[in-house]
Amino acid sequence: MSTTLDRPRASADGTAAPARARRARGPTWRRAIRRDWQLYSLAVVPLLFFVVFRYVPMLGNVIAFRRFRPGGSIFGEYWVGLRYVKMFLADPTFWHVFTNTLVIGTLTLVFTFPLPIALALLLNEVRTRAVKRFVQSVSYLPHFLSIVIVAAMVMQLLSVDGSVNQLVRAAGGEAIPFLQRPEWFRSIYVSSEVWQTVGWGTILYLAALTTIDENLYEAARIDGANRWRQTWHVTLPGIRPTMVTLLILNIGTFMTVGFEKILLLYNPLTYPTADVISTYLFRMGFESSSFSYAAAIGLFEALIGVTLILTANAISRRTVGTSLW
Amino acid sequence: MVTVERDSTTRADRLLRAARPRGITPTRGYRVFQGVNAVILTAVVVVTLYPFVNIVARSFSDQTEIIAGRVNLWPRGFNLTAYRLVMSDPMFWTNYRNTVVYTVVATAIAMVLTVCYAYVLSKPHVRGRPVLVGMAVVTMVFPPGLIPQYVLVTSLGLKNTIWAIVLPGAINVFNLLVMKSFFESLPVELEEAAAVDGLNTYGVLLRIVLPLSKAMVATMVLFYAVSFWNSWFTAFLYIDRLDLFPVTVYLRNLIAGATGAGNMGGTSDAVQSAATLQAVTIVLTVLPILFVYPFIQRYFVSGVMLGAVKG
Repeated sequence: MSTTLDRPRASADGTAAPARARRARGPTWRRAIRRDWQLYSLAVVPLLFFVVFRYVPMLGNVIAFRRFRPGGSIFGEYWVGLRYVKMFLADPTFWHVFTNTLVIGTLTLVFTFPLPIALALLLNEVRTRAVKRFVQSVSYLPHFLSIVIVAAMVMQLLSVDGSVNQLVRAAGGEAIPFLQRPEWFRSIYVSSEVWQTVGWGTILYLAALTTIDENLYEAARIDGANRWRQTWHVTLPGIRPTMVTLLILNIGTFMTVGFEKILLLYNPLTYPTADVISTYLFRMGFESSSFSYAAAIGLFEALIGVTLILTANAISRRTVGTSLW
Repeated sequence: MVTVERDSTTRADRLLRAARPRGITPTRGYRVFQGVNAVILTAVVVVTLYPFVNIVARSFSDQTEIIAGRVNLWPRGFNLTAYRLVMSDPMFWTNYRNTVVYTVVATAIAMVLTVCYAYVLSKPHVRGRPVLVGMAVVTMVFPPGLIPQYVLVTSLGLKNTIWAIVLPGAINVFNLLVMKSFFESLPVELEEAAAVDGLNTYGVLLRIVLPLSKAMVATMVLFYAVSFWNSWFTAFLYIDRLDLFPVTVYLRNLIAGATGAGNMGGTSDAVQSAATLQAVTIVLTVLPILFVYPFIQRYFVSGVMLGAVKG
């Protein structure tokens, strides 16, 4: 307990000197602990969790710059500088998977961000409550499935004897082994992503839609706005904060894309379009045992991710005044 | 003026993905829109449900009918051979039981940690609270990284134990923040009164706060339970003993055999005969989720909303 509290105590003593004055800024650390020790004791195990399973691995990223020996120290053996960084920067496969990541990330964003908004607006127009609730319940369902099940379903539907190929054959075409064809992978990935996320994505929009003031619609109607203009000038501005927040969150996951799903759906035949940074580093780490190399790539990926989310957040705060924190 | 109106209409058009003729009186146009909307929403329902129906149909179908590509909505050559095969595989049941055990243990641990930490964070007078909140939130923005996490779990000797699955995901920061904002919304007076009556912090938490939070706790339990039930990657990463796999990895190995992507391998004959087996395994894995889904869905929705309001 004392170790976890050391840091805040030291910093607080250094900076919050005026707090010594009674009731000025709350009690000192000693008094705080004497009064709240039971509360603090509840935080000990969770803090231990964060330190061990979040912060230690975060520091463990130093193996990107150090020689790592399996079974040795988790922080590596000795410094090698930017060797692994230079290595992946000079690795053509890395740039290939980097491009794939950007393409798949962009496609995913382009489809999975606006479609829930569209679906929410459509659902909002349904006047029969039971119908609305039924459509909602059905569309949320895929969210509760394991990725493994989604991948398995995709494989069944797209197999040579699956429903999609039956349609292809009925249209006079030749059955296509979709999952073996690189040119199909992106469409498959994005469609299955849409299938799984769009319904669930409407929840926050539907909630935001109910908070829009009815008087605004009335005022718009008096001004002669038809339903489309009401949608454009009242509804959409009304859900804009939600849209911006979700857009930032989507951008934050841009780089990681659907790592688990790609891992389940891709195969060496579809690597040309399917292989992304996270799957590449997975193979580097676990199939080639190049832990340092994989860690360097992972660190690079994480840095881009953090930069993206911070930038998106800063831009949205400047322009529309919505921010995640 | 007219052009502006047309312009905004087309843009709204595109956004709604609903074709709607221009220059028609609003009432009729609205009726047309309602018709189109009904068609679109019906399509959404059909497209969402079709894969489930198809899987069930395949699971009851005869192997030759599947390979001939004749199974869609309804089983052809109805038989239960595949069900018998999968259900007589002891490994399937072992892995199924593992999933249950992992889910229960992981959810219990996650709940204890989440409730404890959220309760501390919800008390505005706690000194160092911003630091405690920051400790959690930072991990949302800076993920620990796959490789270092793996190296750590391995070096702790957790490989091939339940703890490799349970511990690394013990606190979900999103759930933590939802729980915290819920605790903050509870009236302080009750807790103060209980404290005056001589209950210590643990007593207040156990006997006053938690009973008041039953619905929220139930929601959190579901959030964790569903995510642990569905997880496969941690197990895939840290466990290489067949008898310790959860059922999701069992299914994964089955489908990986089919694409040749995984380490299970498999000849093309085996792949073909695996088609029904896969369907059956999917059905049996998804069944519990489908069964509880109607009951848990609204808790999930309310949990997400609460998280969005304060998170």
